[in-house]
Amino acid sequence: MAEGSILTDDFLRELMNVGEVDILIGVPTFNDAKTVGQVVQAIRAGLLKYFPRHRSVIINADGGSKDGTQDLVRAASISDLPHVSNLHALRTLHCISTQYPGGPASGTALQTILAAGELLRANASAVVSPDSTSIEPEWMERLLRPVARDNFDLVTPVYGRQKSEGLLVRSLVYPMSRALYAKRVREPYPTEFAFSGRLGSHFLGQDIWSQEVGHIGAEIYLVISAIAGGFRLAQSFVGTKSRVMDHSSGDLVFAMRQTVGVLFWSLEQYFPVWSAQTESQPITTIGAEHEISLEPARINPKRLHEMFVRGVAEIEPVLKSILSAQTLGELQRAASVPEGSFQYSDELWVRTAYEFAASYHKAVISRDHIIQAMAPLYRGKAYTFLEQNRDATPAEMESNVEALCQTFERSKPYLLELWNGKK
Amino acid sequence: MSQWQKFVTQLTQATQEIVSSIAQFLPRLMVMLLIVLVGWLIAYVLKSILRSILRLARFDKLSEHAGASQLLRKAALPPSTELLSRFIFWVAWISFILIGASVLGIGGLQEHISHFFGFLPRLFAAVFIFFFGLLAASFFSRAALLAAVNADLPSPRLVSFTIRTMIIIFALSMGFEELGLGERTVLVAFALVFGALMLGLALAFGIGGHELARRFLERRFVHERKEQKEDELSPL
Repeated sequence: MAEGSILTDDFLRELMNVGEVDILIGVPTFNDAKTVGQVVQAIRAGLLKYFPRHRSVIINADGGSKDGTQDLVRAASISDLPHVSNLHALRTLHCISTQYPGGPASGTALQTILAAGELLRANASAVVSPDSTSIEPEWMERLLRPVARDNFDLVTPVYGRQKSEGLLVRSLVYPMSRALYAKRVREPYPTEFAFSGRLGSHFLGQDIWSQEVGHIGAEIYLVISAIAGGFRLAQSFVGTKSRVMDHSSGDLVFAMRQTVGVLFWSLEQYFPVWSAQTESQPITTIGAEHEISLEPARINPKRLHEMFVRGVAEIEPVLKSILSAQTLGELQRAASVPEGSFQYSDELWVRTAYEFAASYHKAVISRDHIIQAMAPLYRGKAYTFLEQNRDATPAEMESNVEALCQTFERSKPYLLELWNGKK
Repeated sequence: MSQWQKFVTQLTQATQEIVSSIAQFLPRLMVMLLIVLVGWLIAYVLKSILRSILRLARFDKLSEHAGASQLLRKAALPPSTELLSRFIFWVAWISFILIGASVLGIGGLQEHISHFFGFLPRLFAAVFIFFFGLLAASFFSRAALLAAVNADLPSPRLVSFTIRTMIIIFALSMGFEELGLGERTVLVAFALVFGALMLGLALAFGIGGHELARRFLERRFVHERKEQKEDELSPL
């Protein structure tokens, strides 16, 4: 391996054979044999259709798959494309698959892709999740065009979502990151996104890769870094997001570590940035700003409520060291009412989130335990969100999300008071 | 020589011996008092320095995390920073007092003093083991509690309490062994408690809770994945 580089010698040789490129697409994988072939074919079709004159490369950064993922990527890169046989490349479309060291970690995969992009001097790069089974060739155009043509530095996606999906993003990650960093990025934890070579190099130079945030949750930190660094941001509607559920997809605590944990952690690094921001500003949005489908939810709200009530009772000693007496008292009162009357109000949820963020900053207990302790409370908010929007139209749901965002923004001074130890 | 003269001579001799003894002892006593005084001063400075260092290192917070502060509060003792500072003060001062006492040259005392100094490292090691035992007990019991609650396991507090108790008993037995206090008793007591706990758990799990165990294992390995997917559908 080259000294001080994450790129192995073999991978470096392959990259040098490719030479400079205009567009780089990174596909981080780990045991994604079920879906990766379909995703790589959609990427190829998108590049051939929308960027036929560009020098392009697909980089598969694999975390040590044992199910033949890498072979499938290589096969998909040379196979015939279904339904698009009339497309022909004007330049060679390269595809390289490499295994990065250290075992599966989305952050290390991103670091590998960024390093490859910097070496190949890619003007525009994109990362595509291997489990996005609903990907269309058009996603490439929607993500890459604003970077390649309009000089945006970061393009995050806007997905069409089922009403019960992405609740953690809609009820906490988006409203809180929007209130703190004052930019309305709908998907602060994107699994698909495009970025300029300038932002790629800037992010690669960050001192995070040896830390936990560099292994899990680097995606949200990239977005926050782009906001904090004053880079040009845009978001683009790509389409409906469907993903294959694997063992980690439903793991709420892992999802919270990846998103909420990194968001809380970033508050220390960027205190001067977020503490100076006041009202949030919209960013350039290409296409629809949101799209929610009203398919019936495959979710059991009753169980969410039960887990919330049980969680508040069982982890009371832990919550005592994180929350103020007033907030904990209100939570306990809310948990004591029958399910039919239960409501986790926006005000209480925002106060809870800010007190957790301040406790994380002060490290009142182990920081990982703070994130874990938030999971039962999130279930209560998710229950309220689902009940509140059970019969709501997409517009009403959007209005409820907006109301929550406004509450987060209005209450921001409370976080600053907690942060500065005035409360 | 008359009886009277003999008496006076012996009295003079005895007086001279007493004066000579006092003349020999007094400088030693002065030196001892000086050592004790200087020792008090050094111990006081040590206490102040240690208190400042512990405050800077937020030792009280660490102690709070370890659960040691709660124990101290219940026992009406001062906060851990203050307690440790006072402990160091007394250890340092007693050490100087003993050094001072050794100057007096009292027979047999030297041996006790060297025993005391030989005991000090073990005392520090035992305090260290107790404190980090409490810290580990607090951390792992909290981790178990949170993991059990988030995995929806039955009786999370019981799991947490069991882990905490076991680690504390383990730390206590290690500490006492280090101090050399009732080594065998503590070892036997630990083995008995640990064995009884394990046997109790095995019996409870195998006989009393076999239905619960069956349901738990079924839920865990047969139904849970489906349920979990449905209940926590793509939080992201």
